Amino acid sequence: MYSVPSKLKLFAIIFMVVGAIGIVAGFLTAPSSTEEVKEMMASHGDGHGEHAEDSHATMEHHGGAEAGHDGHEAMNPRLEPAHDGGEDAHYEHVLHQLQNRPWSALYIACFFFFMIALGVLAFYAIQYAAQAGWSPVLFRVMEGITAYLPVGSIIIFILLVLSAFHVNHIFHWMDPELVNPESDHYDALIAGKSGYLNVPFFLIRAAIYLIGWNLYRHFSRRNSLRQDDAEDNRWFKKNFKLSAGFLVFFIVTESMMSWDWIMSFDPHWFSTLFGWYVFAGMMVSAITVISMVAIVLKSQGYLEFVNDSHIHDLAKFMFGFSIFWTYLWFSQFMLIWYSNIPEEVTYFITRIEDYKLPFFGMLVMNFIFPVLLLMNSDYKRINWFVILTGIVILAGHYIDVFNMVMPATVGESWFIGLPEIGSVFFFFGLFVFVVFSALAKAPLLATRNPFVKESKHFHY
Amino acid sequence: MASKTLHAIYTDDDILMQAVKDVRAEHYHIEEVYTPFPVHGLDKAMGLPYTRIAITSFLYGLVGLSVAIVMMNFIMIEDWPQDIGGKPSFSYLENMPAFVPIMFELTVFFAAHLMVITFYMRSKLWPFKKAENPDPRTTDDHFLMVVDAGRNDVKKVADFLTNTGALEIKLVENNDDH
Repeated sequence: MYSVPSKLKLFAIIFMVVGAIGIVAGFLTAPSSTEEVKEMMASHGDGHGEHAEDSHATMEHHGGAEAGHDGHEAMNPRLEPAHDGGEDAHYEHVLHQLQNRPWSALYIACFFFFMIALGVLAFYAIQYAAQAGWSPVLFRVMEGITAYLPVGSIIIFILLVLSAFHVNHIFHWMDPELVNPESDHYDALIAGKSGYLNVPFFLIRAAIYLIGWNLYRHFSRRNSLRQDDAEDNRWFKKNFKLSAGFLVFFIVTESMMSWDWIMSFDPHWFSTLFGWYVFAGMMVSAITVISMVAIVLKSQGYLEFVNDSHIHDLAKFMFGFSIFWTYLWFSQFMLIWYSNIPEEVTYFITRIEDYKLPFFGMLVMNFIFPVLLLMNSDYKRINWFVILTGIVILAGHYIDVFNMVMPATVGESWFIGLPEIGSVFFFFGLFVFVVFSALAKAPLLATRNPFVKESKHFHY
Repeated sequence: MASKTLHAIYTDDDILMQAVKDVRAEHYHIEEVYTPFPVHGLDKAMGLPYTRIAITSFLYGLVGLSVAIVMMNFIMIEDWPQDIGGKPSFSYLENMPAFVPIMFELTVFFAAHLMVITFYMRSKLWPFKKAENPDPRTTDDHFLMVVDAGRNDVKKVADFLTNTGALEIKLVENNDDH
């Protein structure tokens, strides 16, 4: 049995407290009126980086104003509008962006850690359904990580409900003005999608996904614990069937979840392989976290049955899924870049113009770095190498989620500062706390799993 | 000068593995082992060095990548930068996404083919090559270990090999000078 060291608990709590302070500070420093925005911009001078000053222009895309939504408008953010009255509209636009920022930061961090737990759950189900012989010694580690799923689900659902009740405006399409033909802000494109993108259906879908995933997590964990005391393989067989069923449910709901929770930030944009793309990022992060937690526990002497071949296999998965992620990223990017259709290319134009460093930086972190570091067979067995690559991969995939959400909600007013770092710290602390507490609740070896003996002797 | 080798035949890969370990423990020199299929762990038991073919493959891949980049940079950007369907041909980087499929394929092509050719050359395989198999049964269900008798007493080595489970032992004298 594993018991959580009190130092680790303290470590997690410190992160949560510091993070919570950062989050609160983020909300407090967000401006509440255009006057404050003017003051802030004046005192900041050049502001942060290349995109400040007059280059702001007006991108009506998410300001909700005007009907010029054919994408061409948004493509040319440097088109200066007629200056009379454009000034105030501009400040109001920036105000909305700055007010969205702490919410987006919270949402990104919340989703990032949630998707790790969900990815681990999917990986766990795959291991069961494939009857993998190498991984059963890691099942309890995976189960421990998925213990974050219920917690993360509740928080993310609360965030979605808050958006639905207009506490924040990160989901632009939730504004009822946009679908009201009488309104000045009427948006025919969003109105056309309102059969799918409407608040009640959105929340019902979210509830279905979350309940489905959590039910699988609950029953697979229960069956796995029961198998330890069983006389036969009844619970294992149940888990096998459950996992196969879950995987079908998962791939459908995961895809829809990515449209709902991420793609709908840009309600004018659509991409068919988006669900796969989010899935690939989720899997890399999940496998990275599995190997990092396994290495941490092993270094403390709790997983003596995990040998370096298991780590080697996990590192191979990290390597392979990093390439898979890049393949999907590039497929999405290149197809849109190549055809250059205005209605879809705006997505990348805003990202390349306003998010150049995070957009291309994450490519280095998520592709070039892991490919070069994890290509060598020997390096995949060196723990600190796996940890080092893992940290870069996780940071890279945080930035990936950042790039998917931020451009649509805060546009060019982005910065990685207090609210962003605070949110990441808070959810990191929570994640560590929940995961390691769950690890202490059951023995770290699933003793009566029919493949556990093979797994213990796994050697590559 | 004639060298004496002993050809010991085994019929089971587990016994062969144990025999290899025993022979090495006695410090007899194993010249070669012929098996009908890959025996997992045999290279480790024989103490063979690791293959470096993966490293060559990586380097060949880099060559392929460079070939792709240099080729397309010359053709599409330097030699005749046309406007083809509005694609920016002002610099390589600007038009790079369009080149990536070719960069990828040429990397794989060079890495794979040159590695295979390296493998053929290093293991001396080519069409019409004369088979070096000392006993045709080793391609079916027998395993053959060639042990150099050196300056040891042949009888003693042969007895030792019999004890390791060899079914047949044959003394071979090589007079050729290779």
